[in-house]
Amino acid sequence: MARTIVPIGPYHPLQEEPEFFTLTVDGETVVAIDVQVGYNHRGIEKLSETKTFDQSTFVIERICGICSTSHPFAYTRAVEDIIPVEVPERAKFIRTIIAEGERLHSHLLWLGLAGHFLGYNTIYMWAWKLREEVLDVLEILSGNRNNYAMFKPGGVRRDIKAEDIPGVIKKLDSIVPTLTMLKNAVVDDPVLHARTKGIGILTKEEAVDFCALGPTSRASGVARDARKDSPYGAYDKVDWEMIVTHNGDVFDKVVLRILEMLESVKIMKACLTRLPKGDIDLNIKDIPPGEGIGHIEAPRGETFHYVRSDGTNRPARHKVRAPTFMNLPTYKATVVGETISDATIILAAIDPCYCCTERMAVRSTKGNLLGRGEDLIRLSQEKTEKMRRKMGR
Amino acid sequence: MSIKLNALLKSPWVFHLSTGSCNNCDIEVLDCLTPRFDIERFGMLLVGSIKHADVLLVTGSANRKSVVRLKRLYEQIPKPCLVVAIGECALSRGMFIHSYNCPVPLDKIIPVDIYIPGCPPKPEAIIAGVVKLINRVREKAAVKK
Amino acid sequence: MDRNAVIEDIKKRFEADVTDVFDKSPKRVYIGIRPESIRRVAQYVLRDLGARFNIASGVDARGHMEILYHFTLEDINLLVSFRVILPKEKLEIDSLAPLFEGANWIEREMNELLGITFKGHPDMRRLLLPAEWPEGVYPLRCDYREWDKDAIRDRGV
Repeated sequence: MARTIVPIGPYHPLQEEPEFFTLTVDGETVVAIDVQVGYNHRGIEKLSETKTFDQSTFVIERICGICSTSHPFAYTRAVEDIIPVEVPERAKFIRTIIAEGERLHSHLLWLGLAGHFLGYNTIYMWAWKLREEVLDVLEILSGNRNNYAMFKPGGVRRDIKAEDIPGVIKKLDSIVPTLTMLKNAVVDDPVLHARTKGIGILTKEEAVDFCALGPTSRASGVARDARKDSPYGAYDKVDWEMIVTHNGDVFDKVVLRILEMLESVKIMKACLTRLPKGDIDLNIKDIPPGEGIGHIEAPRGETFHYVRSDGTNRPARHKVRAPTFMNLPTYKATVVGETISDATIILAAIDPCYCCTERMAVRSTKGNLLGRGEDLIRLSQEKTEKMRRKMGR
Repeated sequence: MSIKLNALLKSPWVFHLSTGSCNNCDIEVLDCLTPRFDIERFGMLLVGSIKHADVLLVTGSANRKSVVRLKRLYEQIPKPCLVVAIGECALSRGMFIHSYNCPVPLDKIIPVDIYIPGCPPKPEAIIAGVVKLINRVREKAAVKK
Repeated sequence: MDRNAVIEDIKKRFEADVTDVFDKSPKRVYIGIRPESIRRVAQYVLRDLGARFNIASGVDARGHMEILYHFTLEDINLLVSFRVILPKEKLEIDSLAPLFEGANWIEREMNELLGITFKGHPDMRRLLLPAEWPEGVYPLRCDYREWDKDAIRDRGV
């Protein structure tokens, strides 16, 4: 029984020659897997100790580009927890609006990539075209497509003008029909069902044992969401639902993220119409010695920041924990036993954020590279094509 | 710049590599492919293999672990080629200049032909930068003739 | 059980191990425990109280080293952080990885960035730092100094 190790190349179409995941393969089935990370390690925790509390916000924003709101949100809440103090109401609503906008664009990005790996390049182009509308909304509200720089300890840095709100709500309304169309297309397509149902199942016990977070665990029936369990911002003042599914496979994760997007639009519109008047900033001058913890629900799960202050104007220790750090090891449980052509979509379903993790590589025991990332993506796309032909569509 | 490079630039195939970035610049490069900006109408294609590439787009602050891969890739790309450094981190490591895991700036490892600043640069800026580079190469080739 | 009952229960059950309790706010409590008891406490909090392990943070507090283990009890919206104090001469503690998978990676990270030994960890390899990073140099410690002679730390302008 010959065992070969297959290197998985870049699962992201842009990345190259990753040597992160090493799959041991027996024929077509994956038997064991090993992960190597560290290609994005930039020493941010140490860097944060050399900057003041205000400057640190800008460094923290650049931990990850896709979730560039969640980290400053959790960090500013951690600093406010040291004192402890609550920000003004208007600031809470503005923070919620930006955070939900980020969730929208992050899930759309993921939907496009998942479509690309499965061979549905139309979904890729449509999801990213829709994402441009969301980035336009964020640019009207904050001034930039990414790296909004809206957060500071004590409130937000910029206000939302009342005359911008009707235009933004109209743009959000125009996204909803396309989102609903994408949802129906995914839920009704039999090839997609065959391709993603029953693949990469993470059971509830495994999700609890690995301490998985976010959509990865909510798809397995663990009904946990930091916005409901420990409400912050304006989440306890608007009506919205937590989406939970029970099968834990890739199909559930796709449907869950699309439904979360529709909830995000609802929350954003509710917050924009009900924006209260008042201050946006507390003008905090000094941070007393102490410790603070801030945790919020990012698109991928719960982000956790721990900040310790010793009375000076710099953090004495800043610990950052991104959700992918807990989610990525679940790959050990979901991929073993599946085929190689499913490996990319199972990894993509966790929605790893590169800044926390890196690509995959599969190596042959004889030492020759059996295939790179684009080979795996191609395998995945070919499998969909075969299924489609078999079903006669 | 040789005549060969000038011919390749009619429809340059780009290869993108991230050497330890926050992925904002990488997403903006991918954005260039999408229907709003659509660089494919200029013949620019994103390729998956380094052996097919004419232009290398690099982002990120040259992490210690990524430098090994970067050097190997630069050896494999068929010469002549052009290297574009995108984003503040690729220019001089930006705010990660004092990080213990980012020892040297990118242009001390591989030669860079054009720098596109921004954090992240907008897709319009990326396209403008690449077009500027192509025009400059064409001018040099025309002068040589 | 509400949050006060939970804190009293932990104090009573581990009376010999709890050194101090800092009740900061309705949602945050910091409990100091002795390093030898971490496995028993974690076992109780995870299995019997149904908490979720958030993360562990290692802190170099100049005179000594601290590790904080953060657990969340979502049903009552309480975040409990257990603090253990380790003397710099003897930086070792029992590993929690045999208990549950979630502790595996964070202990590897604390080992290579702060130099803390976790006894009984199944797979102690480098996680984030490259292979050529010298042994015994721990970046997150207060006394870390630049060891790389070839590093360029200015923009050269």
